[in-house]
Amino acid sequence: MTVIAISSEGPTLNDAVDPRYGRAGGFIIAKVPEDGGEPTISYLDNGEAQMLPQGAGIVTTEHLANAGVTVVLSGYVGPKAFEALEAAGIGVVQDMDKMSTGEALKQFLDGRCSVASSPNHASGQ
Amino acid sequence: MRIGIASGKGGAGKTMLAASLHSVWPTQHILVDCDVEAPNLHFFAHPHIDQTWTVTLPVPQAVTEACSHCGVCRDICRYGAIAKFGQNIAVFPDLCHGCGGCFAVCQEKALVTGTRELGRIEQGSCGDTAYFSGCTRVGEVMTPPLLRKLLALLPEQTPADVIVDCPPGVSCPAVTVARRVDAMVLVADPTPFGYADFCLAYEAFHALGLPLACVLNRCAMPGNEGGDEKLKTFCQTHGIPVAGEVPFTREAAHALAQGRLLPELSPDWRTRFEQLCANLQRIFGEVQHG
Amino acid sequence: MAELLREIVVISGKGGTGKTSLTCAFAALAKNTLLCDLDVDVPDMHIILKPTPRREEPFMGGNKARIQEELCEGCGSCRDLCQFEAIREQDGHFLVDQALCEGCGVCYSLCPQKAIAFPEALCGHWFISDTRFGPFVHAQLKPGEENSGKLVSLLKKEARALAKSLGATTILCDGSPGTGCPVVSSLAGASLALAVVEPSLSGQHDFQRVAGVCAHFHIPVGVIINRYDLNPEGTEALESLCQKENYPLFGKIPFSGDIPKASQQGLALTELPGPLAGTVETIWQKIVQFQPQAQHILRPMPGKTS
Repeated sequence: MTVIAISSEGPTLNDAVDPRYGRAGGFIIAKVPEDGGEPTISYLDNGEAQMLPQGAGIVTTEHLANAGVTVVLSGYVGPKAFEALEAAGIGVVQDMDKMSTGEALKQFLDGRCSVASSPNHASGQ
Repeated sequence: MRIGIASGKGGAGKTMLAASLHSVWPTQHILVDCDVEAPNLHFFAHPHIDQTWTVTLPVPQAVTEACSHCGVCRDICRYGAIAKFGQNIAVFPDLCHGCGGCFAVCQEKALVTGTRELGRIEQGSCGDTAYFSGCTRVGEVMTPPLLRKLLALLPEQTPADVIVDCPPGVSCPAVTVARRVDAMVLVADPTPFGYADFCLAYEAFHALGLPLACVLNRCAMPGNEGGDEKLKTFCQTHGIPVAGEVPFTREAAHALAQGRLLPELSPDWRTRFEQLCANLQRIFGEVQHG
Repeated sequence: MAELLREIVVISGKGGTGKTSLTCAFAALAKNTLLCDLDVDVPDMHIILKPTPRREEPFMGGNKARIQEELCEGCGSCRDLCQFEAIREQDGHFLVDQALCEGCGVCYSLCPQKAIAFPEALCGHWFISDTRFGPFVHAQLKPGEENSGKLVSLLKKEARALAKSLGATTILCDGSPGTGCPVVSSLAGASLALAVVEPSLSGQHDFQRVAGVCAHFHIPVGVIINRYDLNPEGTEALESLCQKENYPLFGKIPFSGDIPKASQQGLALTELPGPLAGTVETIWQKIVQFQPQAQHILRPMPGKTS
């Protein structure tokens, strides 16, 4: 099963994608059944990781790995968080900010974005 | 005696004072730059550097095949440097604080030791004054281990006084150095911000039981009327001897910006710092190292 | 969808360059902005902003080890384990120097007698306040306490949540000097690092170091030169540095007694009538209009671990 985590400013598909990965407020978790049916949507709070002076992306990745996430959609994934996601075997799609989480999910499900092989460069502007 | 030159507020004039004291100090002494995040003493003291070391922190670098992925190393680490993703242990040496906990608890001895560069230490001389300084690597967040290594280089048994340019502020870097000096000179900038930060510095260093003295910098600054008096009243109320006052002049500001020493500007400036130096020696007269 | 939140962090590298005076002046000019003092070690914005606290919370920082005499058998393993030279033996007793304890918890976890307590310590307080320039998130760390990085992250989290609930478009933060832990925490996730630099050898040197930290975290850097007339040669050097490194130079401010004068009266620089108010306003407009492009985002430094 594909489990997608989208960094989100809030708990719904109408909320904006949080451009930050490690310090995102939370994640929309979309579980896509093998038969291609409608995904089930839930929300994972990430408040605690925001309080870390460093390494927020690593703790966030631990939470997502425990939730069985297989791919992350976000805006900016820093080098250390990228390393963590790689170690956890989670795919990353970057530059998915400036849209709603619902739109990001749709783009991914339509096959309109590619999984990154290196961290991107722009910081949350 | 080891004398720290500290300030609550950054830019209060610590480095200016440390360098000026060095140029008028009447006896053999050692000069140390402990402001390792922003080391600037070299601009004024022009040391000749004989030796440079890279200081590293032993950190976990990776796990070997012996790792049972039990996760005890992750659980003891309070810095998030070891993570467990599903069943796999992953190590992030950049986040390590060097507490050694992971190595101590790993039954399989599966952690590979690596090193992270914290910064550099330099040793040299300014004339017949021995000089030591540290500089953190850009991107490194931890300064106390570098400071401990730097201060450990100073000879324990020496008749020479040691003048230490301390890190600014009142948090861990400043406290790390303050624990290793015998007396502290607080440089005060008599502006409202400087006053507030001076009060915090007094609170922090007084609590450590250090003998304190104050030097007022940029006195009689235009626009800052009343500031000097307010600071002197605080010193009087709290029994902090004022060892001297350094007036604000555009000439001095320009000279300092170019790395020139105030005692070298004119005989008047020199006399002022000689007097300040004599006052400090009188105030801290009884203090011994140890 | 709401406009993205801009986070501007004012930094300097070297202390005493006028960072806080300018942050307060910009605070007076900024619209729809939340203010935040991240210089938690020695915070000063409150002197000008005169906040009225609406909410006050304790900040429980790190834990500190304490040896419980009655349980300790004096084996000394805590002293051997401690990498921070915080435990010493005195007359047959082991003591933890609270000022040197890093709070790693290794002695606490591994003491064979379980004789070490590891209580959480009250390290300070943080506040959400009202000011004449808008809402303000700030804190006071107890002097000599650690964990400033953690407090900075907490303030940023609270500031973001508050900005979102109020619909603010910008968070304007006063950062701390240096390049260490609190600076790195305050820069995390920032959209612009605004450096207030003075044209001295030290000022330029320390600015270049903190600009390196920004590069490391891919944060665009903008520059304001303060007291530019005190060292014209240094100002020229800074100007060419900005040009070479693609740092937008937002403006230059002359040395003026108006800066201490405004603080003495508890005013932001722009609240004091005089020529500086106009200069600062022009600079702020440039900052508001600045949109970082790819060339403003620096490449990270190579090689971190060896």
